[in-house]
Amino acid sequence: MATIVIIGAGECGVRAAFALREQGYAEAITLIGGEASLPYERPPLSKQGGREIKLIRQRQAYKDADIDLRLGLTVDAIHPDVRSLDLSSGETIQYKQLLLATGAEARLFPTMEGCLTLRTDADAKAILESIDKASRIGIIGGGFIGLELAAVARDAGAEVTVFESGLRVLARAVPAEIAEFVQARHKLEGVQFRTNCDVKSATDTTVTLSDNRVFDFDTVIAGVGSIPNTTLAQMAGLTLDNGILVDENFGTSDADIYAAGDCCSFKWRDQRVRLESWKAAQDQAAHVCASMLGEPSVYNKVPWFWSDQYDLTLQVTGLFDQKAVVHRRATIDGACLVFQCDRQGVLQAAAAVGIGHTMSKEVRVFEKLIERQAKIELNILSDATQNLKRLLKNY
Amino acid sequence: MAEWVDACAASNVDEEDVIRFDHQARTFIIVRDHEDNYYCTDGLCSHEDVHLVDGFVVESTIECPKHSSIFDVSTGEVETPPACEDLTTYPTKVEDGRVYVEV
Repeated sequence: MATIVIIGAGECGVRAAFALREQGYAEAITLIGGEASLPYERPPLSKQGGREIKLIRQRQAYKDADIDLRLGLTVDAIHPDVRSLDLSSGETIQYKQLLLATGAEARLFPTMEGCLTLRTDADAKAILESIDKASRIGIIGGGFIGLELAAVARDAGAEVTVFESGLRVLARAVPAEIAEFVQARHKLEGVQFRTNCDVKSATDTTVTLSDNRVFDFDTVIAGVGSIPNTTLAQMAGLTLDNGILVDENFGTSDADIYAAGDCCSFKWRDQRVRLESWKAAQDQAAHVCASMLGEPSVYNKVPWFWSDQYDLTLQVTGLFDQKAVVHRRATIDGACLVFQCDRQGVLQAAAAVGIGHTMSKEVRVFEKLIERQAKIELNILSDATQNLKRLLKNY
Repeated sequence: MAEWVDACAASNVDEEDVIRFDHQARTFIIVRDHEDNYYCTDGLCSHEDVHLVDGFVVESTIECPKHSSIFDVSTGEVETPPACEDLTTYPTKVEDGRVYVEV
């Protein structure tokens, strides 16, 4: 009989299964994944167009850790009252504790059904095949996925047009300074941008704007965000709030059911957030396992994202308030670093972009300062000659 | 056959920092911790081929600049995924202000 069952074999579910073992859990673990492939890393799908699939763990590792990996199966229903699940295979399995790591799926607006989207290895393969043979690619959405695919397509020699409804790209994720830096590079690489444009409808080869202008392509890809997979949770009667609502232990409204990763909305400091983040999926996996095993702790991991486009690496740590003022720290040439503090002067977020990993150490220091809720004078944070790592010791 | 190689001046590595060291077509990192211990490991992260010279050193750990795997450089062990394979470590010694590594 399974004692802990994990639904979802993406980054969060797989990490959780192994984390349970690392944390000393000795009873049965069942990990259920809807895709038939061995669990793989999703970030490379958009960053290198999925040319190389990287497994999270090798098949043998699951055997060695005695994790019952059930792939290509979906869960049809959860019955919290009797702690059981119905599988698409017709089986019913019992659990003592259940972890929902159901992730998110690519959003697709009604009128855009024919577009390609990216979430799985199969999606990436289809996109890559189109990019490699198509000369004209239309991309709807100037977020991370859209821009990463734009870079992959340009590198493959395709003509690329990005349609963005906002005034600028990456509006949700990073401050304008970073977005402009990234967009400038895309323009230099020859990507066409149509910002502030409202896509009325799209097919696999056309994009129609609200003013009825029609653009023809060989392939159209939509990267317009994702929606959390909450259907099962909803059917089971769990409380939702832009994802599956969890408390500080990542417990849901049912005492035996937990949720973590892209599918959950959790409290970070004084705001409720849902992150679409590979690192958060890993961090939350380890955290929720400790909670499930009766050793909860305070979740204080600072959100962290990265994006690779051409030879640029962009990193964001903390959460930016897009309405609040942003400050710049001087950097080496060919890079940009911005940060934000709250009204009390406590550091909240930082983002940087540069060639390769030139900005990585700086971002990591900011991440640690944010984690420690450091309050540092703006002129020190802005001054590139100030060694921030030394300041860390004061916190 | 491993041999002791003069890698750098001890003062070349800042406290809680890292430098790159290349030797005979192999690449390594040399890390100095907060207590002036020196460590040498493979230069590339075991998760993806990313050089750890841009990594972030805290005490005797290093965090990969790309995906944030954390390794204990005194043992090479993975502390935080995504990496699942440990780094190989190499003996070090400091003599007359020089760091020697056995690689």
